[in-house]
Amino acid sequence: MTTKKKILIVEDDLDQLDHLAMILKADGYEVISAQGQTEGEEAILTAIPDLAILDLMMENTDSGFVLCHQIKHLYPDTPVILLTAVRSETGIDFSSKSKTAASWIKADVLLDKPIRPEQLRVEVRRLMA
Amino acid sequence: MNETLHLLVVDDEVGMRLSVERALRHYSVHLPDIQNDIDFRVSQAESGEAALALIDADTPDLILLDYKLPGMSGLDVLTALQERKLDLLVVMITAYASLETAVQATKIGAFDFLAKPFTPEELRATVQKITKHCMIQREASKLAEERRQIRFEFLSVLAHELKSPLAAVQGNLFILRDHLAGDTIQDYDHLVNRSIIRLEGMKKLIFDLLDLTRIESGQKKRVLTDIDVCGAAHQSIETHRALAAEKRVTITFEGPETLLMKADAGELEMIFNNLISNAVKYNKNGGAVTVAIQELGPTLSIAVRDTGIGMTQAEVSKLFAEFTRIKNKKTMNILGSGLGLSILKRVSYLYGGQVQVASEPDQGTTFTVTLQKEPLPSTAGSEPTTTVV
Repeated sequence: MTTKKKILIVEDDLDQLDHLAMILKADGYEVISAQGQTEGEEAILTAIPDLAILDLMMENTDSGFVLCHQIKHLYPDTPVILLTAVRSETGIDFSSKSKTAASWIKADVLLDKPIRPEQLRVEVRRLMA
Repeated sequence: MNETLHLLVVDDEVGMRLSVERALRHYSVHLPDIQNDIDFRVSQAESGEAALALIDADTPDLILLDYKLPGMSGLDVLTALQERKLDLLVVMITAYASLETAVQATKIGAFDFLAKPFTPEELRATVQKITKHCMIQREASKLAEERRQIRFEFLSVLAHELKSPLAAVQGNLFILRDHLAGDTIQDYDHLVNRSIIRLEGMKKLIFDLLDLTRIESGQKKRVLTDIDVCGAAHQSIETHRALAAEKRVTITFEGPETLLMKADAGELEMIFNNLISNAVKYNKNGGAVTVAIQELGPTLSIAVRDTGIGMTQAEVSKLFAEFTRIKNKKTMNILGSGLGLSILKRVSYLYGGQVQVASEPDQGTTFTVTLQKEPLPSTAGSEPTTTVV
């Protein structure tokens, strides 16, 4: 029997956290949920996630970025998905495809909120392949 | 603090340029309003063409511009400046100021006139006048910019706060659509309940926002009548009985039978509702809320104590900012718009009031609001104050 792949989800909106967990559990992943940067930091010390999904704007505007950076520092091979509502709220565009953004955002994928289940599945499958 | 303004004098007579430089060399303008002494750095140009080249390289704050120049005239320079949209003021120097030229020059951006010949005193008086104007204008645009910034921040946070519940409800619907939570309808009860709670929260935010907007804009019609504060307190306590019963929280009242003050009934209700609903929401199961009213000479105090989860000093200091909700494990299931205390502070301010907070983690919080019994009808006075105890 193969062990389930672990996915870390960090999101401060409890309901949105539940959704992501439910979608991924239904697909057979083991889910580690954390509700903020601090909880996320504790979680990555006890378990090595195979994938991390982080909300960009939590209690502090930079907490998603900071956590992303820490994960990439500890586990360079763990892919990271950043969830963001920034683009539609501020008009600031930093897609991970643009060169300047890629140099300072360490995430593998940026997804715009609200997240559709099918879209999440595609990205997760692609990154875990 | 000293500030230096760059003044450019444009005149074809070298004597005129030198006399301006001499007159301003040790001259400074004192502006008590912005607590600044302003002195001047003078540069010179002998023609309109030279002036424009200099302006493009090192933009001055003030320009003394001769009307009659060889080549480009003063008016030509003014027209060229207008296209550049620079933050500077121009004074025209002219020997024969006809009304017609004055009107024409003013139309295309000259701020003032100085008639030739002038004494150093006349020059300094004019420079003082335009310096004052220049600094006031800059101060005003700085303030306007700050206001725009605050407004932008308010709106982006508001957008975020409105979108979060929508994203949550939409997510719940996705789960329902894809039958991800189970095969029986009961498996979806939790999702449906959470959706209802999130939509309630969103509705509350919109209502609070409307309250806040009405108070801010002064559009809300205030009717000040003699109102029994204790009666208003009892009424609000009754409104919150059901919510309190869910958590087995008791609410008790301490105070006189009646106590009259001049107030708007709706505003007084906002004060009590905000205080009491917070004390219930942030309480522990089986906790207690005490509403205490006291007369203190020309003022009265409303103190609402709870035996709830309390806050740390750091949390208290963030409390009154718009959309602040203290987010931790203890508060995650508590519904709030993050605007309640902003409303409380602004309404109290209308009554020359103050809001004080004393809190101890896991022990409870006391909010004390002090109000004038006979408030001034206008909102004149100091800014609303909050004190952290």
